[in-house]
Amino acid sequence: MVPGIVAFTGKFFPHSFTLLRNVADIMDFFEPDYFIELLFSGLTKGAIYALIALGYTMVYGIIGLINFAHGEIYMIGAFTALIVSTVLSIYGFPLLAIFILAAVAAVVWASAYGYTIERLAYRPLRNAPRLSPLISAIGMSIFLQNYVLLAQTSDFQPFPALVPDFAFMEPVAHIVGSTDLVILVVSVIVMILLTVMIKFTRTGKAMRATAQDKKMALLVGINVDNVISITFITGSALAAIGGLLIASHVGQINFYIGFIAGIKAFTAAVLGGIGSIPGAVLGSFILGLTESFATGYVSSDYEDVFAFSLLVLILIFRPAGLLGKSTIEKV
Amino acid sequence: MLPLKDIRNGLMVAGWFVFLTFPLMVIKVNPVEKTIVWRWPNMLYVAAGSFIAYLYVKLAQKNKKAAILVACWTAYLALPLIRYFMYQDISILIWDTTTSIYAAVGAFHMILTLCLFHKHHILRKILSGIWLLFIGTPVVMLLAQAAGKILLPKIPAALHFLTPFIITIEHIQFWNWIRILWVALACYLLYSSLQTYLASKRNIMPDHLTNEPKIRWSQYLYKRPVYLPLLTFCSTFFLLFPHLFSTYQVNIMISALMYVVLGLGLNIVVGVAGLLDLGYVAFYAVGAYSYALLNMHFDLGFWVVLPIGGILGAFFGILLGIPVLRLRGDYLAIVTLGFGEIIRLVLENWNDFSQGPSGISNIDRPPLPGVDLSLEGSIVYMYYLTIVMVIFTIFVVNRLQDSRIGRAWFALREDEIACQAMGIDKMKTKLTAFALGATWAGMVGVLFAAKTTFVNPASFTFLESAIILCIVVLGGMGSIVGVIISALVLILMPEYLRAFSDYRMLVFGAVLVIMMVFKPRGLISSVRRTYTINDETL
Repeated sequence: MVPGIVAFTGKFFPHSFTLLRNVADIMDFFEPDYFIELLFSGLTKGAIYALIALGYTMVYGIIGLINFAHGEIYMIGAFTALIVSTVLSIYGFPLLAIFILAAVAAVVWASAYGYTIERLAYRPLRNAPRLSPLISAIGMSIFLQNYVLLAQTSDFQPFPALVPDFAFMEPVAHIVGSTDLVILVVSVIVMILLTVMIKFTRTGKAMRATAQDKKMALLVGINVDNVISITFITGSALAAIGGLLIASHVGQINFYIGFIAGIKAFTAAVLGGIGSIPGAVLGSFILGLTESFATGYVSSDYEDVFAFSLLVLILIFRPAGLLGKSTIEKV
Repeated sequence: MLPLKDIRNGLMVAGWFVFLTFPLMVIKVNPVEKTIVWRWPNMLYVAAGSFIAYLYVKLAQKNKKAAILVACWTAYLALPLIRYFMYQDISILIWDTTTSIYAAVGAFHMILTLCLFHKHHILRKILSGIWLLFIGTPVVMLLAQAAGKILLPKIPAALHFLTPFIITIEHIQFWNWIRILWVALACYLLYSSLQTYLASKRNIMPDHLTNEPKIRWSQYLYKRPVYLPLLTFCSTFFLLFPHLFSTYQVNIMISALMYVVLGLGLNIVVGVAGLLDLGYVAFYAVGAYSYALLNMHFDLGFWVVLPIGGILGAFFGILLGIPVLRLRGDYLAIVTLGFGEIIRLVLENWNDFSQGPSGISNIDRPPLPGVDLSLEGSIVYMYYLTIVMVIFTIFVVNRLQDSRIGRAWFALREDEIACQAMGIDKMKTKLTAFALGATWAGMVGVLFAAKTTFVNPASFTFLESAIILCIVVLGGMGSIVGVIISALVLILMPEYLRAFSDYRMLVFGAVLVIMMVFKPRGLISSVRRTYTINDETL
């Protein structure tokens, strides 16, 4: 029995030796180029996560619901962009026009889906126990995945490269691609616009008021239902932009991409403190960088495991997140 | 009947959905070959479907009874059409078992119609009379058999085609007992519905004067005259199942029964204790892999590993439970989901431990001491093992719910703070819920590995967790009978409606949403123990 157990452990834990070897290897490939490549891929990932995580965090901030179907909105945005861009490219539109029209279509339809989902699955449950809208959201997520699967296809679809290779990026193309740059620039612009909207417009004020106290917001004449709808629409539009950008970056999509992306974006939102908008952005970049460096220096098989473990660790040690405020439940 | 306003709104809803589903439903592109397929008929289906759905919801809001009837009769009348279009199957028009079941369902629909348009409590009379059927049928069958023996030779052979009860195979005549049974059932149901209809005509007392408390639909199931015969019927049916049906059917039934146990296990966590666990399938995987690995490396048998699988499941339940103790419902859902995915990803990637995505094959089937089982024999044996497991689970879960722990779980579900104020240890209660729920998943996992003799990580995806959750939600959270029925329906239905199996997950998703919006208590809501205080005793 004893030799059997020794052989058993040796067989099951070869990683203990390979890990040591990896440490030596890291010294070798700790080159600046590789490091910068990982850094940029992490920032790109973080930017995409941020676009999705903002939707989660805004919805959570206002109605305290984890919108499970949010990842699916992102997937639908990517699919709409795929369909529109393919149709337009068949009709011979120029690349820039395709990019803009595909982005507009993705945003319009994703927002329409976000609005409809809110009306059908969440609004009737506004006053139900906490578990009910959550289960409803999970059902919606499963429904939308299978709807796209049946209406389109279960295979991976190649996504056309909507971003051309810029000439001025040529010297650094082996480290940072043009798509990475576009993703970073677009998402930063979008985030600034969102901040401006929330800070300075009437709608943004109404949103913040609703998030603070729904009843009080009603009393001062804010149409809470409308504000919630607008939140869903904004969040969905952001997710659609994320979907479009990541799809043209990765080059293929299928109906299941929303699930993992949704969970990771949620992880990012929790990491930064759910309900807090700067927190979501910070959390997303931390998560993107962690994932990128962990896959680059440790092992690429466990990319998703790192994200989930990070989530579990945060929730154990700091359930309120980095920038969130911990609240005490009172009777 | 329908106001113009509803029709106008319905058209607007239909227009919205046509817009919404336009790119995904109508256009199908192939980015490689640069081709577009325009599927315009889909647009029409979406428009018609959403218009009818909207009107139906409006109807249901105004008149619940009418809505139920419309749904039942539509489903009933659509079934032969669907069968015809899907399978080109016209067997519904030929007199056989399927038709008899169809007729019986039709009779049930009639009763439903009568009941809904008359007094509510009539239903109880009908249902409580069903036990007569189970005593009456054997008597009728015996009489018919005796009569048949005497009369059969006297009937001229030319008339035999008139009766569906006699089968003639090569000049030898047989009575077809199944058909007689079904006719007896139909006669009985028709008679009882007629009688109750007449009784309702005679009963001139209005409902609120009859002094009968209003009873929920589902509560009839718990009435003695209803559940005793039903229980007898069900237990006979399930005991005889392997002898009545083919091995294929038995295999399907085994997996359905496994889902019953899984549903009951998850019911402890979600339904009773109110902790939303989306990674339940992880414990199932732990059980399956513990049997597969222990069997492969140490040659341990099924009976040794069954408790080990349960204990490992419980251990992992606690392992997951400790970090999430402080979390509220929604965080809990995500963490359990992440946990389930971590377990699956580890199984998939840690090749030296679990042989990766290719999985482990050639796992031993459960042995029966002293008997060398054939493949078919071992499937039947497996079936009875699963039945024993189901009964054991029902027994334990039922006792648990009424125990001190069970009441603590209910209290925890209703209000955590009030529950702590009553002196319940929140941590201990949550951990027991996780551990006890996971135990069942671990044991069923062992059973699953022994049944399929093969495990791989692809069997333990999030969709499995979603199906189990759907079973619990549809059945009515916390209700044992509901979970059993919904597990059987949700697992068996796609097997028998193969043509629709692509739509299975779509329907599951829709069921979760629709149940939450319209009937959050589930189909058969659990009956809570209540204490009524009588005025006279005070």
